Amino acid sequence: MGYFKDIFNGGLSLIEGMGVTARRLFRPLVTVQYPRKKIPLSSAYRGHIELKIFGESGTHKCIVCLNCEKTCPSGVIRVQGEKLKEKGPKTLTSYVIDFSRCSLCGLCVEICPTSTLKYSREYELVGETWADCKIDLLARLARQVEEMEAEKKTQGIAA
Amino acid sequence: MDELEKIEGNERVYSLNLGPQHPSTHGVLRILLDLDGEYIVKADPVIGYGHRGHEKMGENRQYKQFLPNTSRMDYLSGMLYNHGFVLAVEKLAGIKVPERAKYIRVIASELNRISSHLLWFGTYLLDLGGITPFLYAFDDREQILDILDAISGSRLTYSYCRFGGVSRDVDMKFIEMTRAFLKRMEARWVDYEDLVTKNVIFIHRTRDVGVISLELARQYGVTGPNLRACGVAFDVRRSEPYEVYDRFDFEIPTGSKGDALDRYVVRFREMQQSCRIIDQALEHLPEGEIMTPKVPQKLSPPKGEVYTAFESARGLTAYYLVSDGSPGPYRCHIRVPSFGNLNVLNDVLPGTLVADAIAILGSVDLVIPEIDR
Amino acid sequence: MSEGLLGSELFRLILGLVIVLAFSQLNALFLVWLERKVSGHIQLRPGPMEVGPHGLLQTIIDGVKLVGKELIMPLKADRKLFFLAPVLVFTPVLVGFLVLPFGPGLIIHDMNVGVLLVFAFSTITVLAILTGGWASNNKYALLGAVRSVAQNVAYEIPLLLAVMSVVLMVHSLSFSQIVASQKTVWFVFIQPLACLIYLIAATAETNRAPFDIPEAESELVAGFHTEYGGMGFGLFFLAEYTNMFIVCAVATSLFFGGWNGPFGISLGIPGVFWFLIKTYFLIFVIMWVRWTFPRVRFDQLMNFSWKVLIPLSLVNLVITAIVVKII
Repeated sequence: MGYFKDIFNGGLSLIEGMGVTARRLFRPLVTVQYPRKKIPLSSAYRGHIELKIFGESGTHKCIVCLNCEKTCPSGVIRVQGEKLKEKGPKTLTSYVIDFSRCSLCGLCVEICPTSTLKYSREYELVGETWADCKIDLLARLARQVEEMEAEKKTQGIAA
Repeated sequence: MDELEKIEGNERVYSLNLGPQHPSTHGVLRILLDLDGEYIVKADPVIGYGHRGHEKMGENRQYKQFLPNTSRMDYLSGMLYNHGFVLAVEKLAGIKVPERAKYIRVIASELNRISSHLLWFGTYLLDLGGITPFLYAFDDREQILDILDAISGSRLTYSYCRFGGVSRDVDMKFIEMTRAFLKRMEARWVDYEDLVTKNVIFIHRTRDVGVISLELARQYGVTGPNLRACGVAFDVRRSEPYEVYDRFDFEIPTGSKGDALDRYVVRFREMQQSCRIIDQALEHLPEGEIMTPKVPQKLSPPKGEVYTAFESARGLTAYYLVSDGSPGPYRCHIRVPSFGNLNVLNDVLPGTLVADAIAILGSVDLVIPEIDR
Repeated sequence: MSEGLLGSELFRLILGLVIVLAFSQLNALFLVWLERKVSGHIQLRPGPMEVGPHGLLQTIIDGVKLVGKELIMPLKADRKLFFLAPVLVFTPVLVGFLVLPFGPGLIIHDMNVGVLLVFAFSTITVLAILTGGWASNNKYALLGAVRSVAQNVAYEIPLLLAVMSVVLMVHSLSFSQIVASQKTVWFVFIQPLACLIYLIAATAETNRAPFDIPEAESELVAGFHTEYGGMGFGLFFLAEYTNMFIVCAVATSLFFGGWNGPFGISLGIPGVFWFLIKTYFLIFVIMWVRWTFPRVRFDQLMNFSWKVLIPLSLVNLVITAIVVKII
């Protein structure tokens, strides 16, 4: 009798399983067709770092203390500065990161004494060579400033 | 010895390289199998393909610089490894952690444990040939990743814990998301039970397959769900409670036979217990600070050594750090559970079929980069 | 046939073959697409969406890709057998179409041993799989081939025993007669056990999950076709789906009334559509099964066949024989 009971129970368990998959056939899909639709990024999203633009000065506040360069575990950051003014900190001349080696730990952002580093919200990054993975943050900053000004202008015209 | 000669002199026996490129050796594991027909005569796991020298890296760095490395050893339970590492360093440097941060860490860790077990659940069924549960599990895991993404900003290698707290506070949205997830899972457990646990094919594939006896488990240092499946209720969260685990009411699921089905059931019920822990932690989440003030940027703990064990998704994991007073550890060693869990296969695999070998390999839940590290 | 003229018969065969070739290709393309869609929706994802409306043309593009690929043969493989196997696996599958009753009169060659012919030729597939696995000079492929033979030897028996109970009832091996005798009551209601056994055995026969042990991608990488790429693989793939159509079409003819509507109600739908609807529904069920269950182990599969399916089908056959004799 156990023989038939086993067959019956086994068959029943299979039918239950098919019920689960059949119910799914009529559920809404969960995938998002990526390049066409995008999911909003979380507010905490950590992209590669970038220089923050401060409202009052319209630029960054980097003082070339090299704390970020020293604290980076993977040697991603290369900062260069020049002594332009007699007194005060150096002026930033180049800030390049090698994103291919970055582990996105965020130590640089946390250690920055002037909090001029922040995480960008960039995630569609693709490169064909090592050089493509190098990101010049100063150039990026200049581009962002330009965009902001252009936006302000169009807003001004609209107003 | 007799046995070995019989194997080597036998012309029927041929060897098969399972991996390092094989659909079912997750990570880069290679197992040299000696087969007689489809029966395994001898199994010899070869490890080391993913060696990156994490322990050595730890010795050449400051403590905080090693933090991102920890989540890259066992990339499926990054949060747990982060958590264990900060526990070790905090013990070494004598840093007190605010209550709220402790609770947040526990919630994040348990979420990570569920996500790790869910991924195991999916891939195990994939190993057994069932593809659909894999995608269902990933759907659920996605919810956890979203939650952890919302608090840590990352989906896999979190680097969320800090010495003396956590990097970001949680908000109401996080609590809502987590509660919604717990609610969602209640219905999902039923579905998984119907789809997999009760399934007669699944039961036949796993019952009495790959029995790890208690004696064998003890010899090889098998821990985690694999040990609990043998009937030993050993869990670091209970035996040496770290953080605030002693305040929660949860069971330690155990099996009886130590076969693949027991290991499956133990992990399955562990996910449910983790949900219970999260539920209680959310209930009692205190207000307050999330970081201890005055943790120096360049942490130089006093001379000494520390051994901190914690329960990762795969078993007893431990950091052993020796400090010579400098900003980096003098010696850094990590005890990983997968090493013992893998090597037990030497004794378990012989005598089984190739199909069983896959079922056993999946059931012990290995993360190879953790072994190679 | 009716005219008995060689010319018209030959013409019919050639025309039939052309139609069958075209149909089998289109059918395979459609089934691959359907499989992806069914698996997709079961798994809460949309499946192919990019090429054509709802990805309808995706398989054509994939086919073009496969054709365009270089034929790679492993070193030390048996050259002749290696390239013979994909051809060998596909050709016999086509023969099955010769005797399938798509509708009243819509049958290329109505043989009085049609049922036998289909199963005789479908067995050649096993030979092709063995050839391919053996010639590949790959251990995984060989394991897959060996498993395939063991599996098919076990499953031919319950399959044929299940079919025999129907044949006993009709006293004929001709498909058109079998279908014609189900005008009012389908045999699935008289022979539910035989039908179930047939469907299980047919799933195993076509190497579909949960009985896909010769392929077993998580165990044997890709089983017997591990070393095949390009159109060699394409032919194996095509044969699998065409085979699936044939076993389902046979099931429709034997148990689900072929071109007849349920209980003699045709609803004005032509017979050929009834036939196709039922066949594709059965195919859908087989896909549904595939995307639900894990794979069985091959010794369990043998156990199941020898200890459950064969005794049950034998008992079923004996009971059928007795009942037929009494009536």
